Amino acid sequence: MLNLDTILAQAGSRWDEKTGAISMPVYHSSTFRHPGLGRSTGFDYSRTRNPTRAALEQTLAEAEGGDGTRAFAFASGLAALDAVLRLFHPGDRIVATEDLYGGTFRLFEKLLRPYGIDAVYVDTADLEQVRQALEPRTSAVFLEVPSNPLLNVADIRAIAALAKQHGALTIVDNTFLTFCRQRPLELGADVVVYSATKYLGGHDDVIAGVATTHRPELAAKIAFLQNAAGAILGPQDSWLLLRGLKTLPLRLARQERSALTLAEWLARHPRVARVFYPGLPTHPGHERLRQQASGFGAMVAFEVADPAQVPDILAGVSVFMFAESLGGVQSLITFPAVQTHADIAPDIRERLGINNRLLRLSVGIENVDDLRQDLERVLE
Amino acid sequence: MSKHDFSTRLIHPGRDRDPYTGASSIPIYQVSTFHQNDPEHLGRYDYARSDNPTREALEIAIAGLEGGSRGFAFASGMAATASVMMTFQTGDHLVVGEDIYGGTYRILTTVFQRWGLATTFVDSTDLDQVRAAITPKTKAIFIETPSNPTLKITDLAAVAQIAHDHGLLALTDNTFMSPALQRPLELGFDVVVHSATKFIGGHSDLIAGLAVVKDAELGRRVRHVQNAFGAILGPQDSWLTLRGLKTLDVRLRRQQESAALIADWLQARKEVKKVYYPSLSGHPGREVHLRQASGGGAVVSFELETGPQAVNLMKQVKLPLVGVSLGGVESILSYPATMSHAAMPEKERAARGITAGLVRLSVGLESAADLLQDLDQALAQA
Repeated sequence: MLNLDTILAQAGSRWDEKTGAISMPVYHSSTFRHPGLGRSTGFDYSRTRNPTRAALEQTLAEAEGGDGTRAFAFASGLAALDAVLRLFHPGDRIVATEDLYGGTFRLFEKLLRPYGIDAVYVDTADLEQVRQALEPRTSAVFLEVPSNPLLNVADIRAIAALAKQHGALTIVDNTFLTFCRQRPLELGADVVVYSATKYLGGHDDVIAGVATTHRPELAAKIAFLQNAAGAILGPQDSWLLLRGLKTLPLRLARQERSALTLAEWLARHPRVARVFYPGLPTHPGHERLRQQASGFGAMVAFEVADPAQVPDILAGVSVFMFAESLGGVQSLITFPAVQTHADIAPDIRERLGINNRLLRLSVGIENVDDLRQDLERVLE
Repeated sequence: MSKHDFSTRLIHPGRDRDPYTGASSIPIYQVSTFHQNDPEHLGRYDYARSDNPTREALEIAIAGLEGGSRGFAFASGMAATASVMMTFQTGDHLVVGEDIYGGTYRILTTVFQRWGLATTFVDSTDLDQVRAAITPKTKAIFIETPSNPTLKITDLAAVAQIAHDHGLLALTDNTFMSPALQRPLELGFDVVVHSATKFIGGHSDLIAGLAVVKDAELGRRVRHVQNAFGAILGPQDSWLTLRGLKTLDVRLRRQQESAALIADWLQARKEVKKVYYPSLSGHPGREVHLRQASGGGAVVSFELETGPQAVNLMKQVKLPLVGVSLGGVESILSYPATMSHAAMPEKERAARGITAGLVRLSVGLESAADLLQDLDQALAQA
């Protein structure tokens, strides 16, 4: 078995036997010529299977878990999640992380609830709360690990074991750490979803989602849904994602190192009230993440002491860009209460700690001193 | 932005966002022409051969990264080199490093020779040879360091000094190092060309060339050639090159680290007759190279005893792709005698150490442990 960085560096490089091209071709073909009646090349119609998307899905499957694991590429992270949630039925109940990505919360509340699938939200970093929320009709536990934006860390292994006892699936959104750092299937989860727009793509230039599973019966259902509902990833974006995957281990390593440096620096800054970064030993999820992951990621949240400073910080940064999204080579700063988590009711937001003092950094691959100086200037 | 570190400027290279929407990825302007509001005064953009906003963002980026006044993007590295050569005239003479890329050698000894641009090839690592080749008609010195494929080192600052003492331009092909490791304009050079297909693009998925000039007047001449001959880089490839640039620093650091490890390892193997790598102890150009560049780069050449052994090695390796080109995320093993230097006569090749036993490894982003393991089994069977 090759190392993960070797698999990713050569993603799609050995596909084209005919020409030997070492970059996966972009197949903009909607349909495929049949060699004869009742015969197929393995490709019939691109919604069902497209060579470029297939090369991407094969790479992702190898990266996530190897033998028996399958991966599916979708038009966005939410499209991937939507396909996975269509596994459930009216009357089913899902226990979910309370400080979820706003778009996931919206999908649960505005799309699934009217359809009869109820979500209940608990602090999944607290195993006891998860245990109490499980009922006979609970069909899944949905975890974001770490959570967004406060980076709380759920114990994937313990929760997956608990869910299994209740006959419920465990679904993990692994967008923040990726399979380079955290491997939920190996910890007992059944399905992993990603917004591939973030670290997997990594260049802020593609919108894409991924679902992976090593359970053959779930894979068959997701494959059916991918084809039947058709929220597939197009060939050009599949190819860009393949291209992005090649540098994922390098990007993440640099981003993570810089994130730790910035988190440590912010923690000492007099105008910063609190820093949330699981790589800091003071973070409540530090020890757990150290055990279940091989790194702490590159997302850092912090609270400024004075909320009146927020608009000036957002307007004043010159290396950080004030924009939503995360995980790309360029560093971004966001204001979660207004941007990513606006769909969550204000009282819930406040209780969760997503308040008007909280800012979130996605640390890119720029030089860390330039990033620190940029923050230093706007905080003064 | 110029005050920032190189790695930061790769992410924010002058024009780092779309002025209209704020998009953090520069849009691909797949357009040939631009509507003009005032027929008497054309706008900034009129026809995409002349100026395309996507290509322009790349040209601004490379100019800033190399430290020049103006950058140009071309359809290939050879289109960049040829377009720069087009600024010279019939009767002009060039002093050229003998170890330059085979494609450059070919165009100089065929097309440009027919047009009356004379060339004298010298071993540019020997500054006396460079000086001795200068004639009253000489207009420029053109070198490559490290050279390809034997990675010989030429002293950039010294060559620039010789050029300027004689009123000549100093030109170099910086493909092997890229501005992440070596910035010749800062050492006195006037023009840098690149095959951006290699480290700058870095993903073996495009063909592109770049040129950067220091002087604004020379920039106008190259611009005239670029527009008049039109060997421009298209918008999709310009955008992919911009995308590649963002990870240039992280890629090269990893590739260089692995290359240094592999060079040391090869040096200790009995099957290997000779290893060429600029920062390897014992490399004759090591001291000069480390003074002008920040590392040995990611290309290692090595010689086996015989041609059949080299050919056999190429057949036995499982991880490196076997082919032409270099600088990609995938390791690529090449055989200069029949690939990059096939255009050079055998006698010339032999004089440059490009023997039948020589192979060139461009080290990619794979795990160094996997690459060593693969080379180990391949060498044992070669």
